[in-house]
Amino acid sequence: MLNRTAENVARATPEPLARKVRGISDKGLAWLFISPTILLLLAINIFPLFWAIYLSFTNYRANRPNEVVKNLGFANYQRILGDQDIWIAMQTTAHFVFWTILLQTLIGFTLAWLIDRKFRSHAFWTTLILVPMMLSPAVVGNFWRFLYEPQIGLFAYAISFVSGIPPTNIQMLSNVSLAPWSIIIVDTWMWTPYVMLICLAGLRSIPEYIYEAAEVDRASNWRQFWSITLPMALPFIMLAVLFRGIENFKMFDMVNLLTGGGPGSTTEVASITLKRQAFESWRTGYSSAFAIILFVAVFGLANIYVKALNKVKQR
Amino acid sequence: MKSSLKMALGLASAMVASTAVSNVAHAEDLTLCWAAWDPANALVELSKDFTKETGIGMKFEFVPWTNYADRFLNELNSHGKLCDLIIGDSQWIGGAAENGHYVKLNDFFDKEKISMDDFVPATVVGYSEWPKNTPNYWALPAMGDVVGWTYRKDWFSKPELQKEFKEKYGWDLGPPATFDQLKQIAEFFQKRQIDGKTVYGASIYTERGSEGITMGAMDVLYSYGFQYENPKKPYEMEGYVNSDKSVKGLEFYKALYDCCTPPGASNSYMGEGVDAFKSGQVAMHMNFAFTWPGLQKDENVGGDKIGYFVNPKGPDGDQFAQLGGQGISVVSYSDKQESALKYIKWFANKDVQAKWWSLGGYSCLNAVVKDPKFPASQPYAQTFLDSMAIVKDFWAEPSYAPLLQASQKRFHDYVVAGQGSAKDALDGLVKDWTQVFQDDGKM
Repeated sequence: MLNRTAENVARATPEPLARKVRGISDKGLAWLFISPTILLLLAINIFPLFWAIYLSFTNYRANRPNEVVKNLGFANYQRILGDQDIWIAMQTTAHFVFWTILLQTLIGFTLAWLIDRKFRSHAFWTTLILVPMMLSPAVVGNFWRFLYEPQIGLFAYAISFVSGIPPTNIQMLSNVSLAPWSIIIVDTWMWTPYVMLICLAGLRSIPEYIYEAAEVDRASNWRQFWSITLPMALPFIMLAVLFRGIENFKMFDMVNLLTGGGPGSTTEVASITLKRQAFESWRTGYSSAFAIILFVAVFGLANIYVKALNKVKQR
Repeated sequence: MKSSLKMALGLASAMVASTAVSNVAHAEDLTLCWAAWDPANALVELSKDFTKETGIGMKFEFVPWTNYADRFLNELNSHGKLCDLIIGDSQWIGGAAENGHYVKLNDFFDKEKISMDDFVPATVVGYSEWPKNTPNYWALPAMGDVVGWTYRKDWFSKPELQKEFKEKYGWDLGPPATFDQLKQIAEFFQKRQIDGKTVYGASIYTERGSEGITMGAMDVLYSYGFQYENPKKPYEMEGYVNSDKSVKGLEFYKALYDCCTPPGASNSYMGEGVDAFKSGQVAMHMNFAFTWPGLQKDENVGGDKIGYFVNPKGPDGDQFAQLGGQGISVVSYSDKQESALKYIKWFANKDVQAKWWSLGGYSCLNAVVKDPKFPASQPYAQTFLDSMAIVKDFWAEPSYAPLLQASQKRFHDYVVAGQGSAKDALDGLVKDWTQVFQDDGKM
């Protein structure tokens, strides 16, 4: 039936075009199909990357189109690596990545483990838990900014109710010590469901018969968790950590909306510094070099991590 | 068949013709780019007269202040044709002139007999000239603006508060003449219960993202003796930017922030300031003069309840205020420069400028602001005039953006985050600004 249809189509195809199509090899046809995607990737990913690498060796400034572009060699890279502010931004980023991943993994896995118990109405709770993840970061950022507001925000009132501290003294976004935690709380609230989903997939992939065998061997629940659940879910947990790690390393939207990097530079993560250098100070060459350094750092760390992940999977 | 073909052809021709006519009608429409704020609405209203007079339609592209610089500097840098006319910020003038974004207006002014002597001198230097203090004009002063203060006249005039204040500080509660007095008033009102509500001392600029904290801190620093550079040796900043007087000024700004602002006001600029004043949270409010017409009309805090005062004096009696405002320029990438110049000519007209002021814009034309009726024309008119007489502005160099970012960081780190000392912040600022000028080959 299919052959007959193909023959009919071939017969209906005008002769010159049919001849041309017939002349293309399978490989040629494959290239024909994927070439638009390749061209698109080259145009929007590869070319900008190489262009940024080129710019990183120059003094180019996008707001000075008429200025002569000078080759600076590695001067931009040297300046970045010797810039104390950049290192502070990197430390802030590392602090933010560490705590968000730790909290999201612990809470996400716990939630997944609870949901996996398949208690009554677990589907409803799963949907409810997933809601924050489905919201736009812009909405979440603005929404939490109001919640954190010391005079009218619900968060301050809730903490005040529990602790007895006046709400106007709970200045989550203005206080140097609290501001980093305000972002960590929001990011954890929003992205823990994502970690939970991946962990849930891992828990659901563990065959039931392994637990049945453990039951036969009279292994305790605790023993089953440490010897079966955790090791078998570990590749999934690591995958979630990888995804969240990469995402949070380049985190921008939430920080920008909540604190804008402040107070002072307390929450100025690397991506905020990069944006300021590139689009506010217009140091295009300098910021390109910084972007390349960040890219290499994320790429390098992710590669090391993927190798570790593969080892865990092979065990 | 023939008749239906004819009909189809006729319809098609009519459609083509009508599209062409409509294109001709809109071909000369001008697009004016500016910030989205109250004066922009006044300008829309005013520009209807221009369309009536010339038949040239006006379109407007208004962007909120937080994105204003990003959006339009990107547009200019990419040689975009979106804007035929632009009302650009005063600090852009150096970059816009040197990078060829604006059309130089000298010949046009000569031809149309538009004299810069007819405008308030500070606005000509601030909005039109590059290099500064040279007769090279890139814009027509369009919207005069300056940082000043509003206060709650109704609270200040409460007898019980006046009595308590006099007993505590030994002078009559009223608009402050010095910054020390301003702080005393702010402390007096901080966390006070008025009409059953907790109120606070003052709303000041603390915004980090664009230019807020720089505009606010500079407003104080100038009167404390801060100078950008050695008047005799350009770009020599050591001992001027970080002089003892500057350090004291910055320490004062931090003290004011710490003692007397509403809770959570760590990222406050024009909009947040207006909100704080309108909602009855603060006794005093630092803001650009453009906010005053809106506040004056406000039902809750306007009318008799609001008063205005000029930026107070520093400890040595110096008194300056941060210049705001903008000039209107013709974008050099526009295909409609001739029509855009017509608009500038029309806008420079005395009657148009008088109407501009009456609609809520701030005219910079001497004929308007020096009119004997001007001071009484609005409750804030005299304060505006007095403030415009003492203005100073931030760097307007082509590298103003990195210069501004450096001050934003240094001031916010010290004033809001409390990191380091005022001396550290200003020493760091000298270092950052020196680097910028070295990169530019100016040092």
